[in-house]
Amino acid sequence: MALDPRVPDGPLEKKWDKCRNEMKLVGPINKRKHRILVIGTGLAGASAAASLAELGYQVDVFCIQDSARRAHSVAAQGGINAAKNYRADGDSAYRFFYDTLKGGDFRSREANTYRLAEISGNVIDQCVAQGVPFAREYGGQLDGRSFGGVLVSRTFYARGQTGQQLLLGAYSALSRQVGLGAIRMHTRTEMQDLVVVDGRARGVITRHLETGELKRWSGDAVVLATGGYANVYYLSTNGRGGNVTATYRAYKRGAFFANPCYVQFHPTCIPAAGEHQSKLTLMSESLRNDGRVWVPKKKGDTRAPGQIPEDERDYYLERLYPSFGNLSPRDIASRAAKRMCDEGYGVGPGRQGVYLDLADSIKRLGEKVIRERYGNLFEMYEKITGDDPTRVPMRIYPAAHFTMGGLWVDYHLMSNLPGLFVLGEANFSDHGANRLGANALLQGLVDGYFIAPQTISHYVADSKPAPLSADHAAFAAAEQEARDRIGKLIAVNGSKSADVLHRELGQVMWHHCGISRNRGDLEKGLGKIAELRERFWREVRVPGVNEEYNMALERALRVADFMEFADVIVRDAIDREESCGAHLREEYQTPEGEAKRDDEKFCNVAAFEHKGVGVEPVRHIEPLTFETLHLSTRSYK
Amino acid sequence: MNFTLRIWRQKNRKAAGGMETFKVTDVEAHMSFLEMLDLLNHQLVEKGSEPVAFDSDCREGICGACSLMINGEAHGPLKETTACQLSMRHFRDGETITVEPWRAEPFPVVRDLVVDRGALDRIIEAGGFISVGTGSAPEANVIPVPKYDADIAFQTATCIGCGACVAACPNGSAMLFTAAKISHLAHLPQGDPERERRAIRMVEQMDAEGFGGCTNHYECGEACPKGISVSFIADMNREFLRAAAASPEFKAVEPPIAKA
Repeated sequence: MALDPRVPDGPLEKKWDKCRNEMKLVGPINKRKHRILVIGTGLAGASAAASLAELGYQVDVFCIQDSARRAHSVAAQGGINAAKNYRADGDSAYRFFYDTLKGGDFRSREANTYRLAEISGNVIDQCVAQGVPFAREYGGQLDGRSFGGVLVSRTFYARGQTGQQLLLGAYSALSRQVGLGAIRMHTRTEMQDLVVVDGRARGVITRHLETGELKRWSGDAVVLATGGYANVYYLSTNGRGGNVTATYRAYKRGAFFANPCYVQFHPTCIPAAGEHQSKLTLMSESLRNDGRVWVPKKKGDTRAPGQIPEDERDYYLERLYPSFGNLSPRDIASRAAKRMCDEGYGVGPGRQGVYLDLADSIKRLGEKVIRERYGNLFEMYEKITGDDPTRVPMRIYPAAHFTMGGLWVDYHLMSNLPGLFVLGEANFSDHGANRLGANALLQGLVDGYFIAPQTISHYVADSKPAPLSADHAAFAAAEQEARDRIGKLIAVNGSKSADVLHRELGQVMWHHCGISRNRGDLEKGLGKIAELRERFWREVRVPGVNEEYNMALERALRVADFMEFADVIVRDAIDREESCGAHLREEYQTPEGEAKRDDEKFCNVAAFEHKGVGVEPVRHIEPLTFETLHLSTRSYK
Repeated sequence: MNFTLRIWRQKNRKAAGGMETFKVTDVEAHMSFLEMLDLLNHQLVEKGSEPVAFDSDCREGICGACSLMINGEAHGPLKETTACQLSMRHFRDGETITVEPWRAEPFPVVRDLVVDRGALDRIIEAGGFISVGTGSAPEANVIPVPKYDADIAFQTATCIGCGACVAACPNGSAMLFTAAKISHLAHLPQGDPERERRAIRMVEQMDAEGFGGCTNHYECGEACPKGISVSFIADMNREFLRAAAASPEFKAVEPPIAKA
């Protein structure tokens, strides 16, 4: 099957205009007749739902949390990028596009990435108008800062809570539409399956987390904005509820999953403290603006950081990457940290950590300025570790953070299943093999406010979906399957909680398909996953029944999907015999340990088609062509 | 460390609840309060008992999901700290710890330690927004916002909507929550056109949900994990009076949205 990305022809900077000009429109009266189902209320879901409702569609919105405001976008700290060029430091949409494409190691779709950069300014305008309290300068203008992988100042921020403030903006737009009756909001409601009728996405089956009630929802289009799958590693920076269920269920129904092996490990997380750790806490990458990363020059040095004199410290990022230094992109910084620790230079308990030291910036700018910039991060760090970062250097280590892979979408953000739109982290398109800092919040909002509402209108106008009753056999069958799966899980009646088995899966993924990979380990990982999946269905214990608030069941259902999905990630990592961005295959690297791409064979998107659990999926290819930029070797030296 | 936990168990909204006692063993000092509950739940599930239900997600103090009264204090003993960030090093080995859900009439218990905070969402739906449709925003730097105002707006915008203020208040008042949103938007020029309407509608919805009034206990400010000052309640009262006295919106306003 040929994948048609539907990228308009013409020059890069005119593509989105051309697309908009050529898309069909739905009349105001007709919009009311169409129902759109939106799954997820993070930045992408909430902004899409609000915008669709403003256009006049009937919108049903679902989230697993008790309130739409709690989606995990809330936890993003550092900022959101936009090519506003307020500093006149040479920024432009083109430069933003260039940085993002290069940061993604030339594995993203050029036209999508350009559009992200092009629309970025509108997002800031929209958020400011909603009352998002971005940091300001004394003159009342927006303040900005620089971020990893970039040499200009294009990141807007609201202290260390940019994600929460942007989400509250989108949530307020959503709430306004709920208050007006244009959106029906369904909290504590989890998608269990996608309903496909005549090859089109026509609805979903949901489970109400409080009552266990399974329900059918018919719609003219389905929007998945359900985030990424980093929790397949068990320990990640994602919230506890983060899961792959919605996108994986769509995959099982025929939507292609693209580039699942592209997982970003965030370089600046607080190292794990023990076995019962439930998640890893990220310290915003923005700290790298003012912090210097180092390890002792001597292996196994156990002196306190203050006891290690300046000339016995290795500021390895500055040494290895002199022009970007501490602001090197995430994948490079993560791998360098892991390499330092693997070679025995790690610090702190378990030696799985490196220092991020703010002392020089405090000397230069004063403690007050630094506290103003990062105050809440310092508090968080101190609560967890007991150390004050203005006195003792912070300890950091990489953790699974963001998944660039996701359901395959075309330029309209529509999956190969017509009527299924996938936004934000749940899709694959904009970040290539590595996402730059402060681009995720942007992508969520660009997709939700400015792209999907328009492309969905085009879809509705073009395909004119007829009303469909939820009594249709496809709905009944999907509901029955969901019911059976729940029954089967409860019937296992083993001896282990789903969390314990999930933790085991996370260990397998971390060791076999983690920050750096090789064929031997990956193939062994595949075997271990199959074995663990089989054990899961023998050993898991889910007390209670479906018809109640059943936390154990909720988690077990999600873990069951991770057990299957892990397989797809590893297979993609095996097939991609090159190193690019966050995907480092040890067999394919330069003598200095840098990623070596193979543009001859792998300048493409791999989109997987489900053929059965544990069965080799069909690997479809979308070739990537670059009209504007020449493929170059990424260098941050 | 080992602990005795007295935990509120309640099967569903309608069932009668009661305290149940558990022993949890092998707790490490660096674990968070929620990781301690995870450990208890693993131990329960492996014995075939149903785990203690509680809400949590981000586990870094920002999503506002956790909602535990720990020894009678919302989010426990540590100032400006949610339960997910409260480490067990703040408790004595062998201690008995009492854990209850948020207690307030507008927050019905869903199960065990999980409550329904939909009332807070409905207060926002009534007016906690600026009506600006997608695409109709002016260039972001067209309206300068003095740093002072932006900082005040930010302080109040840090509210995570956890409901600790309500749980801590002897009156079950949601005034700090409502005040935080009203103040946030009232301090920004963008919020000005709907300033009166917003104050009136949000306060009316707050009352309609059955939250109590403020009688200056200041427990809300003490419990707030984001340290939002009780002085914003005075701000809200001022906004409300100003709107009621000066604005035609007060009489023209439509009735508050009915309880869903």
